[in-house]
Amino acid sequence: MPTDPNIALAVGLPLAGALAIASTGRWPNLRETLMLVTALATFGVVLGFLDPVLAGERPGFTLFEVFPGIPLAFQIEPLGMLYALVASGLWIPTALYSIGYCREHGEKHQTRFYACFAVAIFAALGIAFSRNLLTLFFFYEILTFSTYPLVTHSGSDAARRAGRTYLGILLSTSVGFLLLAILITWQLTNTVEFQPGGILAGRADGPVAMGLLALYVFGAGKAALMPFHRWLPAAMVAPTPVSALLHAVAVVKAGVFTILKVVVYIFGIDFLAETGASVWLRYVAAFTLLAASIIALSKDNLKARLAYSTVSQLAYIVLGAALATGAGVIGGGMHIAMHAMGKITLFFCAGAILVAAHKTKVSELDGIGRAMPFTMGAFALGSMSIIGLPPMGGAWSKTLLALGAAEGHDVIFVGVLMLSSLLSLGYLAPIVGRAFLFPQPHPAAHPGESATPEPSGSRLREAPLLCVVPLCATAIGCVVLFFSAEAIYDLLRAIHPGP
Amino acid sequence: MSEHLPALQVVLPLVSAALCLVLRRAFVVRVFATAVAWACFAIALALLARVEAGGPISYALGGWAPPLGIEYRVDSLNAYVLVIVTAIAAAVFPFPLRGREVRIPRSRHFLFYASLLLALTGLLGIAITGDLFNVFVFLEISSLAAYTLVSLGRDRRALSAAFSYLVMGSLGAGFILIGIGLAYQMTGTLNMADLAVRLDPVRDTRTVWMAFAFLIVGTGIKLAVFPLHQWLPNAYTYAPSLVAGFLSATATKVAFYFLARLVFTVFGVAFAFESMGLGAVLLPASVAALFVGSIAAAYQTDLKRLLAYSSIAQIGYMTLGLALLEERALTGSLLHLFNHALIKGGLFLAAGCVVFRLRSSALADMRGLARRMPLTAMAIVVGGLGLVGVPGTAGFVSKWYLVGGALEGGHLLVAFLLLASSLVAAIYVWKVVEVMIARDGPEPEVRCEAPASMWVPTWALIGASLYFGLQPQWSIGIASQAARSLLAGAP
Amino acid sequence: MALLELGQYGFVIVLLMIGLYVLIARDNLVKKMMGLGIFQAAIILLYISMAKVRGGTAPILIEGGGDVVYSNPLPHVLMLTAIVVAVATTGLGLAIIVRIFESYGTIEESELRELDRSSDKADRGAR
Repeated sequence: MPTDPNIALAVGLPLAGALAIASTGRWPNLRETLMLVTALATFGVVLGFLDPVLAGERPGFTLFEVFPGIPLAFQIEPLGMLYALVASGLWIPTALYSIGYCREHGEKHQTRFYACFAVAIFAALGIAFSRNLLTLFFFYEILTFSTYPLVTHSGSDAARRAGRTYLGILLSTSVGFLLLAILITWQLTNTVEFQPGGILAGRADGPVAMGLLALYVFGAGKAALMPFHRWLPAAMVAPTPVSALLHAVAVVKAGVFTILKVVVYIFGIDFLAETGASVWLRYVAAFTLLAASIIALSKDNLKARLAYSTVSQLAYIVLGAALATGAGVIGGGMHIAMHAMGKITLFFCAGAILVAAHKTKVSELDGIGRAMPFTMGAFALGSMSIIGLPPMGGAWSKTLLALGAAEGHDVIFVGVLMLSSLLSLGYLAPIVGRAFLFPQPHPAAHPGESATPEPSGSRLREAPLLCVVPLCATAIGCVVLFFSAEAIYDLLRAIHPGP
Repeated sequence: MSEHLPALQVVLPLVSAALCLVLRRAFVVRVFATAVAWACFAIALALLARVEAGGPISYALGGWAPPLGIEYRVDSLNAYVLVIVTAIAAAVFPFPLRGREVRIPRSRHFLFYASLLLALTGLLGIAITGDLFNVFVFLEISSLAAYTLVSLGRDRRALSAAFSYLVMGSLGAGFILIGIGLAYQMTGTLNMADLAVRLDPVRDTRTVWMAFAFLIVGTGIKLAVFPLHQWLPNAYTYAPSLVAGFLSATATKVAFYFLARLVFTVFGVAFAFESMGLGAVLLPASVAALFVGSIAAAYQTDLKRLLAYSSIAQIGYMTLGLALLEERALTGSLLHLFNHALIKGGLFLAAGCVVFRLRSSALADMRGLARRMPLTAMAIVVGGLGLVGVPGTAGFVSKWYLVGGALEGGHLLVAFLLLASSLVAAIYVWKVVEVMIARDGPEPEVRCEAPASMWVPTWALIGASLYFGLQPQWSIGIASQAARSLLAGAP
Repeated sequence: MALLELGQYGFVIVLLMIGLYVLIARDNLVKKMMGLGIFQAAIILLYISMAKVRGGTAPILIEGGGDVVYSNPLPHVLMLTAIVVAVATTGLGLAIIVRIFESYGTIEESELRELDRSSDKADRGAR
């Protein structure tokens, strides 16, 4: 394992950025420039690892030993590479977007906001590059604590209650289940290092593996698998940039990434397939998939609808892992990237609508496409990706997942995937349709509407530029990902070399 | 000089306590006591180094050879405990004694420090001696000093708390004395190593059973293991924070050390666990302590009382590791001796900072503390995270070993309960954190941090808990070595 | 027969129980201290009773005595220390009782508990 100190640089840059942001709070322009510079630099360093990893190298870096034989250490492998690219890459548009959002919305405590953001990215990269379960757990908890101030940002009672739900569920699952799972793994195998092919083969039989998998899957509470999903809709009380990056990208992806990494490098895909330890998980994930989609249909609040959509989409990834086939796992991994790009677009749009038109409910969005064509256009592209329609990236990951299901002769899950596509069409398409096709509501015709009168006629009232540019960029990103799906597939293929 | 180090460890604070009566000025006495504590710390480190290099040290007090003479016997476990106690003393003694917490005038502070040094003497003596009756003597020295120190709290409830403490503590000491007497009767020796040998042929007599029972119950009272913990909450709540910090970090730890000595060295694992069923009693009691302590803490409205109940739960962790009888679990217990001492000592000192500025330790008065006293608030947060066992803190290290040890012995339920109790701890820790970061605190929102003489010792301990959370090699090394030698039954 | 031989232990146990009973059942703090004192005295008697060796004489070395059986002096010595400890404990306990009387105005435990409880309630109510 070649040692590469750049890994420490990649992980450490966001942390240094957080300190820089915290100390330049009095000069907003300087502060935000520093944030953007850090984001670009971090992405640059992370990108530098792509070629070596594609070539088959696995660079690593050891920080220091904590327990005898268990250090805090990093090692880059394909899944981690992908997650790191997603997190660090999407930090850039989110940074731009949050500058626009915070300024337009007049948010307080912006320094704390940006600094906690940076720390969260630091934690996400630590998770992505972790070499063993201890490192992963360490950064996982840092992520929980660094995002708490972001969730409770507004300081209102509702925010504080949401923060308590957030912390309560995430801490209970991580300490009660995940830590227990890690220690049981240590007990069984005397190591907690991630290794290709898994470490449990021969050390655990079917029932033990099933129980252990349950502990890991429910322990990764950030993956929002039912019934531990309540924190995600509760966290929607946070400002939209927080929802966008953290809950569509970094935090929830940390959860499913943990599950994928454990499945591939602790259990091993073949071990799971042999022992059938993940069969039950397929049904649990499928249930979450469908149930969350149905709940999303019933939600009028836009962010709540998107939140439940996320819960459903995360279950796709868990299903992919549970299928215990190469295509399933790779499809799940790919979906990390596809869903991230699509969902962040949708959240950016939701925030733009809030900032420009002060609307939060789906029922209020009739005809808004005329006032905000760029925003709703991006929303349409993002929706197509989430639904899984070409030419958006989401199409590829869904196809792979269906292939994975078929590979394992689990045809029922192919049906589940199709059904959920229909459901996502049901909760996303009407928004786009009504925004563009329906006429704008007359202020007099809807006396119960929000206070801001909507100009009749299609006057352009887009969100500020700093908001619109990022969301258009990510929308285009969805299209780009469609064409670069093969590159992602090549990257991830290495985790399951086989026929 | 250096071959008399074991004796010096005890004699130095003892003589210094007497010297305090001569030095009348409050500030001089405080500096003197701190210097003595630092000297004791240096001695303890020297002893530890010597034990690590050359094996257990045996020192005959007064030149009288054991087993008739009193022997000071230092092995890795002792040395570890000595270092813990002196380190805490070295960090806590510089903490200033302000009128808000103590009911004696400045002209009488020298008496306070004399008692404090006597308490230190007693605790060090218990840890270092190899003679059973000597343990009783030092136990009473430290306990009497502790009763005095607790009674000096400002609130009048400190007096009734001290009286209860005195009654229960004396009962416990009485039981220990009975146990010693019965053991002496059967073997004719008071030396612990010798007892281990001589108890062997008479192990299955009723007298020895009774001796064991009395000793364990008596030690249990001193250790405040559930359900013998009733004296602790009031004593730690109303004692001056300096005293609470010192005692919570040392007195119960030394009692645990004595319990471990009795169980592993004197009576032996086979006798204690198989003939007497210690595990069957201690394991449920420990688990009960975990939950009773944590749940009670969650209901508290006063910071110091919350910390006191939290201590009961943390003592449960220590006894749990002992009851599980696995090397990893026992290592976890011994690690927790050290880690909890750092965390709880630091937290009580932070409470002292709070009381100094706010004149109250009620949680309701602490609203918005994060803005008014950021350093203190940060210390409380970090210490609290250590109590929960968040990775990166010392508490996590002990939990890792405790839960790992439970799993090693196949006790899956116990492992889960251990982790569940951390979650309850998270509830009361977060309660405190939420109060501190609340926006609607009382005016004025002026920065009024505690003086440096207060937050420096606080952060010394809290900072150490962070350091030993990330770099626990030293503590893990010693704790596992001590655990191994205990389980092997080496006298 | 066995009962007579173990008579001294029975005596000790009775004293222990009396001491414990007084300690728990009596309300007055000074009486509690008396109970504690009886308890401690019982333990002292236990040790002293075990010092006597059957047919043993006082443990003073007889010059050129040859085969003499001595009673065991060690428990007596130990109990000197224990008496000192008991005295110190009693002294400290009584000093605390004096302070309690000065602060509370009573030394009955039930009244003390009531006063403490109302202090606790006042603390909580003031928030």
